[in-house]
Amino acid sequence: MNMEKLTAMEGNYAVAFAVKQAKPSILSVYPITPQTTMLEKLAEYVEKGELKARLIKVESEHSVLATIYGASLAGARVFTATASQGLLYMGEMIYWAGGARVPLVAAIATRAIGAPWSIWDDHQDIMAMRDTAWIQMLAENVQEAYDLTLLAFRISEDKQVLMPAMLGFDGFILTHTMERLDPLEDADVDAFIPKRDFALIDPNKPMGLGAVAGPDTYITYKEKSKEILERAKQRAKSIMQEYGELTKRTYDLLECYKCDDADYIAVAMGAWTGDAKEAIDALRQKGIKAGLAKVTMFRPFPKEDILKCIAGRDVVVFDRAYSYGSSGMLALEVKNALFGTTSKVHSVIAGLGGRDVRPEEIAKCIEDLGNNRLEDERWLL
Amino acid sequence: MTYMLKGTAACPGCPIPRELDMILEITGKNSIVVIPASCSTVIMGTDSTGQPAEVTVVHTPFAAAASVATGIEEALETQGKEATVIVWAGDGSTSDIGLATVSGAAERNENIMYVCYDNEAYMNTGVQRSGLTPRGAWSTTTPEGKTEFKKPLPFIMMEHKVPYVATLSIAYTFDYQSKVKKAASMKGFRYLHLLSPCPPGWRFDASKTIELAKLAVDTGIWPLMEYEKGVLKLTGPSAMLVNKARRKPLDEYLNLQGRFKNISQEKKEELEQDIDALWNEIALRAALSKQFGAQT
Amino acid sequence: MTNNTDAEIAEEMQIVGKAMPSTGSSGKTGSWRTEMPVIDYEKCTKCDTCVMLCVENVISKDTERKPVIDYEYCKGCGVCADVCPVKAISMVKNNPEGNKQ
Repeated sequence: MNMEKLTAMEGNYAVAFAVKQAKPSILSVYPITPQTTMLEKLAEYVEKGELKARLIKVESEHSVLATIYGASLAGARVFTATASQGLLYMGEMIYWAGGARVPLVAAIATRAIGAPWSIWDDHQDIMAMRDTAWIQMLAENVQEAYDLTLLAFRISEDKQVLMPAMLGFDGFILTHTMERLDPLEDADVDAFIPKRDFALIDPNKPMGLGAVAGPDTYITYKEKSKEILERAKQRAKSIMQEYGELTKRTYDLLECYKCDDADYIAVAMGAWTGDAKEAIDALRQKGIKAGLAKVTMFRPFPKEDILKCIAGRDVVVFDRAYSYGSSGMLALEVKNALFGTTSKVHSVIAGLGGRDVRPEEIAKCIEDLGNNRLEDERWLL
Repeated sequence: MTYMLKGTAACPGCPIPRELDMILEITGKNSIVVIPASCSTVIMGTDSTGQPAEVTVVHTPFAAAASVATGIEEALETQGKEATVIVWAGDGSTSDIGLATVSGAAERNENIMYVCYDNEAYMNTGVQRSGLTPRGAWSTTTPEGKTEFKKPLPFIMMEHKVPYVATLSIAYTFDYQSKVKKAASMKGFRYLHLLSPCPPGWRFDASKTIELAKLAVDTGIWPLMEYEKGVLKLTGPSAMLVNKARRKPLDEYLNLQGRFKNISQEKKEELEQDIDALWNEIALRAALSKQFGAQT
Repeated sequence: MTNNTDAEIAEEMQIVGKAMPSTGSSGKTGSWRTEMPVIDYEKCTKCDTCVMLCVENVISKDTERKPVIDYEYCKGCGVCADVCPVKAISMVKNNPEGNKQ
């Protein structure tokens, strides 16, 4: 860690800084709360020539993703950022890009979805895109938002992956909060993310891209997408390992915090995992052996890692989103991963629409799990 | 040198393969054709059958074409690569679901050639009305004849002050190709709007495609115009048709088409008034553009 | 997997919805027609109008610059007969094997 470089930045600016270092050549971003200050910083970088890229200011989010999809086909490294209503508005193109398998990076400043209107934080928007064949990661703090942005560029362009990647970082809680940031040197980023040399369009090889695929071929493409995402888990681990050697900050698909000797384990992702770690520490002070399985990569879902980490203990999963008519999405994934084991999986739904969730509340849920007082599904209202 | 291959899925008498080929003949093998959901999506075949075109074709969802084209063009430009990016979109994509996309690309003056082939309804899904269906025309969603007017897309694009806007008809091939040549030699957002008669959708005998493309111009319902750097003029045979007496009677055009078979007398008169108003507007715009001079 | 070259990887990754250029992408479309065009070369002035306006691009010119119809793909729409300025093309009952002139 270079003490001269160590700085503090708001989440939006930290992601913008990472984008600047990753050197995409085409950006297209449409303003939406709580991402707007990132867009403004990127516009500033481009105007000042600090980032040699074109920032195409299109008229809607649907056009944003259409534009960077086209640019990526033609071989450009691309980036965008959005949230909530904007992410849904580009939803059709998110599916198209996922299906077409092009490297793209999108930062999602996670935010609740209307109706009713809400500008505040939860994970409903990024969860709504979990079926699109995109890689999805979530950050715990500003440092992670920065690191995961660089990792997203590298993983999405890996020759054995070549899939679009989105990273979520909590709206206002991370986007507008200043935290310490230890950035990489520009030269190190250049070495870690080499120049992109992959395009799908070649005028010398005329062909149709994304043409109609009949019932006999369509499913074969989808099976291949599944295969690629499976492979992406190993590639991501390997790349994160490399990043760890460079920065001394090693990421994994799942971080097991004090899980080895834990009696009860919480599972969560996003900014509140920081609060969850505080809750774990407080519980341990009280003699309750709790642990946290922090999910960094939600898609592809690290089933094997969850199984290994939880290893028969009882679990409470914290969801900051909900699949109405069913259950919390993360809870479902964890139940699926632990199917057949003796673990009992409880679900807590909290934080929707930006409702503040304090470490004490998280700790109470885990404590209640220990005392058999936690319902199958509890909502923290 | 033609780039379209025979044996396409187009209906007999459909002018689409020829209309596109007449553009590709000029823009050449480095053309990248961006096609949103439309008849052309189906005409371009499947992954199993192959496509009847020897150029790069990028398929996109319905509203996205102008933006996908923007991304492709901007990326190629930053890489210093030569290619002509063309959008080949129907009236549904251009005037309805993709209008914001087209308008945005025009406002930013993106360097793409946008071609709207207008068969005046959502033909690919079975002849439902679009914003560019003319007044009085039958469609499956306007069985009594459309009551609303046809959105004046060429004028709307002129209002965006783009470098070039032109209307075309495949019946007048010299006018057609000279406009394509001119557009291909320019930079910025160029908009070409061609009337594309559709035998199953307009309900006419497949052999009459070219005849109808000609009558549309000769009756004045489809004026051939060119707007270049702020100056509007009529081209080809349309130049003489300011004089109403020289226009062929509208009935010659309407009577060949089953979609106007049951047009009420009232709607027909409204349609005739639309055409008179259109020509007055052209005369006014042409005079104004002369008065205020060309834009550089 | 890890030992494959970039080109092999791209091939294996499989471009989604890839459609290669091909003639007859909709089959032998000559089988669609119910009538077929026949050219009277006595009347034909070789003006090329039919060549230029055939919407399916099945009319080409032979070494004597006479228009020749590819009956394998001609859909029998009749546009060529309609546009010929000297009415040298007539639409006749379909002969699936084409014009044996």
